[in-house]
Amino acid sequence: MERDDIIEYSLDAHHDEEHGKKIRKKIYFVTVLLSVVTVVEVLLGVFGIRALHLPWELIKWTFIILTIVKAGYIVLVFMHLGDERKSFKWTILAPYSLFILYLIFICLKEAMVMYDLRYLFGWN
Amino acid sequence: MSGEASQSIETKVLWGGGRSPFSISYGKMMMWFFLISDALTFGGLLTSLGFYKHKYGDLWPVSEDVFNAFPFLGEGYPLMYVALMTFILIISSVTMVLAVEAGHRMDKKGVILWLALTVVGGFFFVGSQAWEWYHYIHGSEHGAYVVNNDVRLSDGRVVGATTVVHVAKVEDGHLHFFKELEEAGESGGVKLPYRPAPGEDPVLVRGEDAHKLLAASTHIHGANLSRNEYGHPLYADFFFFVTGFHGFHVFSGVVINIIILIGVVLGTYHKRGHYEMVEKVGLYWHFVDLVWVFVFTFYYLL
Repeated sequence: MERDDIIEYSLDAHHDEEHGKKIRKKIYFVTVLLSVVTVVEVLLGVFGIRALHLPWELIKWTFIILTIVKAGYIVLVFMHLGDERKSFKWTILAPYSLFILYLIFICLKEAMVMYDLRYLFGWN
Repeated sequence: MSGEASQSIETKVLWGGGRSPFSISYGKMMMWFFLISDALTFGGLLTSLGFYKHKYGDLWPVSEDVFNAFPFLGEGYPLMYVALMTFILIISSVTMVLAVEAGHRMDKKGVILWLALTVVGGFFFVGSQAWEWYHYIHGSEHGAYVVNNDVRLSDGRVVGATTVVHVAKVEDGHLHFFKELEEAGESGGVKLPYRPAPGEDPVLVRGEDAHKLLAASTHIHGANLSRNEYGHPLYADFFFFVTGFHGFHVFSGVVINIIILIGVVLGTYHKRGHYEMVEKVGLYWHFVDLVWVFVFTFYYLL
């Protein structure tokens, strides 16, 4: 029986030099973007509260949004998930996002209640 | 970009359904499913970090105070070293995607160059992490006092057990703190926050109170799984577990990259007619970078 891991399914598996140039350009663009976002995050972390006196909620949500932007570029461009079929893309992304968002919601909700209980009853 | 329509697949290699629903090879799909399960593990770790961070919000340190050292330069460089590590990992992710691109052009020399650089970047990252662990376990110059049981100060305020007190110096029996003491809201107790209000002086604890506080405390340097000079012990536990588990992934990624690099040099994939193996280990390597992006935000920044 023939090994099916040797068979190529994706159209993107081979390309010529000209197409490669376009792809490399995109890679360099994403590189610069990821680096700039990281620098912005570090500057915001170091100077955001103590020097610029920005509200913590604003800084926190900026961090979260920038992280999701970075993750999106890594997954969709570097990991080529954006080039896969739509059905495959959502098979990967949708169940995971749904589960993890619920987990985050339920855990943080519970933790905030436990924080209050520590003060109300002196629990550890 | 639909692969299936323009690429004919031999009938004998198709599964029973007769067509490949995702138009993706078996190996790549299984790598994605493995990454999903791995992402759930990391998601669980980071969510539990969030849980304890919210539960012990008042005892949780601010990471830019903890991670402010740089090799050879000493302290006073908040988050710079972590930022450098992040940058190294991003760049090694870029060299990996360039290796994959070279593979698509069947450019063997290009694949060797970029994959080798990826391995070098991975070693740099693992080495950086080793230094950070060493520094974290070793501890800061002054160390800290961990309060063993509740201490009632003469003005009625209470310093709770497990509070970590950073003392800058003991002078004439008074304690000079790095951080101010702040009155807690509803309980009337005293918290030692790690984020002093801008421009405020460190608070002094005087005479007998200072004595009481020191008598009830243990002086420690650095951190391990049960005690931590930087703050709540769980903060150290999560440092070791999250960065340790990620570092293990980086290390195994480097090993797998080396194995594939040997295959590329031997010409195994060139003979096969495509470099999909490079693409598959590339997926794993990008995933390691992806996880670090989240660790960086949720452990070091938030």
